[in-house]
Amino acid sequence: MAEAKKPKREKIPRQEMPRQAPEVRRRNFNEVALGYTPELMALEAKRCLQCKKPKCIEGCPVRVDIPAFILKLQEGDLAGAAVALYADNNLPAICGRVCPQETQCEAVCVLGKKGEPVAIGRLERYVADWRISQGTEVPEMAPPSGKRVAVVGSGPAGLTCAADLARYGHQVTIFEALHAPGGVLIYGIPEFRLPKAIVHTEVEYVKSLGVELILNCVIGKTLTIDDLFDDGYEAVFLGTGAGLPMFMNIPGENYNGVYSANEFLTRVNLMKGYLFPEWDTPVRIGRRVAVVGGGNVAMDAARCSMRLGADEVIIVYRRSRVEMPARAEEVENAEEEGVVFNLLTNPVEIYGDDNGWVRGMKCIRMELGEPDASGRRRPIPIEGSEFDMDVDTVIMALGTRPNPMVFTDAGGLERTRWGTVVADETTGRTTRERVWAGGDIVTGAATVISAMGAGKRAAADIDRYLRGEITTWMPAEEAQKA
Amino acid sequence: MYEILAKEELGTVNKLMVIDAPLVARKAQAGQFVILRVVEEGERIPLTIADFDREKGTITIVFQEVGKSTMHLGLLQVGDELASFTGPLGRPTEIENYGTVVCVGGGVGIAPIYPIARALKEAGNEVISIIGARTKDLLFWEDKVRAVSDELIVCTDDGSYARKALVTEPLKELCEARKDIACVWGIGPAIMMKFTSLTTKPFGVKTIVSLNSIMVDGTGMCGACRVEVGGKTRFVCVDGPEFDGHEVDWDLLMARQRIYLTEEKRAFDEFKLKCECDSGL
Ligand SMILES: Cc1cc2nc3c(=O)[nH]c(=O)nc-3n(C[C@H](O)[C@H](O)[C@H](O)COP(=O)(O)OP(=O)(O)OC[C@H]3O[C@@H](n4cnc5c(N)ncnc54)[C@H](O)[C@@H]3O)c2cc1C
Ligand SMILES: Cc1cc2nc3c(=O)[nH]c(=O)nc-3n(C[C@H](O)[C@H](O)[C@H](O)COP(=O)(O)OP(=O)(O)OC[C@H]3O[C@@H](n4cnc5c(N)ncnc54)[C@H](O)[C@@H]3O)c2cc1C
Ligand code: SF4
Ligand code: SF4
Ligand code: FES
Repeated sequence: MAEAKKPKREKIPRQEMPRQAPEVRRRNFNEVALGYTPELMALEAKRCLQCKKPKCIEGCPVRVDIPAFILKLQEGDLAGAAVALYADNNLPAICGRVCPQETQCEAVCVLGKKGEPVAIGRLERYVADWRISQGTEVPEMAPPSGKRVAVVGSGPAGLTCAADLARYGHQVTIFEALHAPGGVLIYGIPEFRLPKAIVHTEVEYVKSLGVELILNCVIGKTLTIDDLFDDGYEAVFLGTGAGLPMFMNIPGENYNGVYSANEFLTRVNLMKGYLFPEWDTPVRIGRRVAVVGGGNVAMDAARCSMRLGADEVIIVYRRSRVEMPARAEEVENAEEEGVVFNLLTNPVEIYGDDNGWVRGMKCIRMELGEPDASGRRRPIPIEGSEFDMDVDTVIMALGTRPNPMVFTDAGGLERTRWGTVVADETTGRTTRERVWAGGDIVTGAATVISAMGAGKRAAADIDRYLRGEITTWMPAEEAQKA
Repeated sequence: MYEILAKEELGTVNKLMVIDAPLVARKAQAGQFVILRVVEEGERIPLTIADFDREKGTITIVFQEVGKSTMHLGLLQVGDELASFTGPLGRPTEIENYGTVVCVGGGVGIAPIYPIARALKEAGNEVISIIGARTKDLLFWEDKVRAVSDELIVCTDDGSYARKALVTEPLKELCEARKDIACVWGIGPAIMMKFTSLTTKPFGVKTIVSLNSIMVDGTGMCGACRVEVGGKTRFVCVDGPEFDGHEVDWDLLMARQRIYLTEEKRAFDEFKLKCECDSGL
């Protein structure tokens, strides 16, 4: 039976998703990828083989039952697909757009062995967008437990943890330092990749579950973790991310025109700098922009620079193309939009003019040596290969570390030398009793979906704790051994 | 939330507002600041906590109308609400009994110097305060500062009130006359803080300044506020705002304050025009 159907399926190629044309989109902030039409969705869904032992599920950090929701799509049952998808993933409209599918679910799909994998992310996005268009309904909730939980940070980790805890029946308050919820989804990832309306919808959904949201409240400043316990919260989840920018510590880094990617993207996205002067926050972009780094953050900064009107945007990355950690799709998008890649190159100094503005950057060529601890080949400077680059704006997208602010008066929270908090991977428990943590604050800068997974696991453990199933607190390290 | 409970004009350019912000008031200490947004589309602007009342849950801010955001803020009335108000941010002033201290407030800097002088006085210090402004209309809080000081010197640049001098002149005289000054605090425009630091340097008197770099988040996540102190890059919002004035790279601070000059002027001009239109001019 299976054999009879097989040849028919293989004829369908992977369906491309319509996108705005590069020459149009490079100067606007509207979403680049437009989503499947119903016809394209149906064709793509048909490609899935409904494997008995689906590999794809193993590739997904939250184990979305991929064949189950695709089966519903094959049957033309969108509502059924939504039920199946949302069972495992609270934020599929976001994951479908920003997950690095090529290294996760789609990397292991069997179809990928010979040809192209099923476009799982695009299908996921289709289902989620359809469901949002239908108006979200409140899911089944457990009866109120009377227990209060504080969630610190409203990024994907915090939102997921809060939503699950609310569904378990607990009373949850999210404390967020900024004036808008969403974490990196709102201040980092640009509108053209993840429309803010989608983030707002997801936040409203979490609020509809009864979660209280307190904005403009910096834990470690406005309140401390001790205050939260004093105020009657019985458990605290830390999902404060990794928002501390890094610089290279090279000469000239403080000249006007040198931004951290965090500052640049916050001005553009959170503060809507691209709408200045209707929105008050200015963002200054020069004619020739260098973006240092090769991750998603670098791609986003480069593509924003292009949209703000720069003549030339150059990615400066010290390794080669294959080592770039950015999503493959976004590297392609950036290239199509005219971003230039200067690979195997590293800045060594930034030059300034008499008024303290950037006027150029000295770089050195690199070559790849032996693999380092991360498994990637280590870049080594080639002596005597220095050259000058004519730029007037430099954006440093070198990665981030956890912001230490939340640890002020946090008593007994052990941290690693990278500033991340020590927490058990399966439960999120930290070294301090009744404090859990998950997302970038534990892993360092990672992905939306892994942060969500951590929030989910912690919520389950917090629920067990609040129901009295955990009587002795096993600190993170011991729990890891056990 | 964040309702304006009181508003007062201090001279012609400075305004005072009392904001309902119980969570901020609960923790506020001298030397710290808040970040506020006037409206939803507004930028996040830092203002020093000029006073706080823990019982009433209020924070007092004093600001000078220099651009669009501060002008917009100045247009709000009692009963209006701010779009956001976050704090207390930054490290508090290190208050101890140092002995004899001098607190210098220039222009709008008189406001933030007040809670510091008060806290130093409460800690048992002999507090000598110097307040000054360009002209009489810009002076305020003379009585308030006097009440928390053992001695108060008032001056104006143009001599329109009290002594005609820059604040650095009486400061220099004090340094010469008294060898027991343990520490000086200087708050005001960057240029005034720079010269305050230059004045005390030859005398080896420790001088603390409160830097007013451009900020976005105020929580250490953007680096917009970075300055160089003692040759090292520091973030004003989390490592400061107070630093050793003798170690600050003033030229860098002042250059970085000018990054958005063109855009600020454009926003200000368009806003003024809009206000004039709205008022039927
Ligand atoms: C520009 C950019 C692009 C990215 N692109 C992708 C992508 O395409 N795909 C992908 O999977 N991942 C991407 N990532 C990574 C992904 O966004 C993060 O891994 C993820 O958001 C981490 O989630 P989180 O909940 O742990 O933290 P965050 O999203 O960082 O949220 C933390 C929240 O906590 C708040 N907070 C911090 N300190 C405090 C405090 N003391 N008190 C109160 N609140 C506090 C912060 O303001 C923030 O809102 C990108 C990241 C960036 C910066
Ligand atoms: C920690 C801190 C505490 C502060 N406390 C106070 C205070 O108590 N009272 C008060 O009136 N101001 C204070 N400031 C300065 C205040 O934040 C700015 O005046 C305000 O952001 C200007 O916004 P604007 O849109 O009205 O003017 P803009 O249009 O942004 O600027 C107008 C003019 O002011 C200058 N300017 C802009 N930002 C600053 C800045 N941060 N510092 C100095 N000059 C600036 C610009 O170069 C320009 O010339 C403080 C700044 C910091 C960093
Ligand atoms: S959540 Fe991400 S990794 Fe998981 S199935 Fe969806 S797109 Fe793939
Ligand atoms: S591995 Fe690929 S073909 Fe198989 S079930 Fe998963 S998505 Fe479908
Ligand atoms: S204002 Fe953003 S780091 Fe200081």
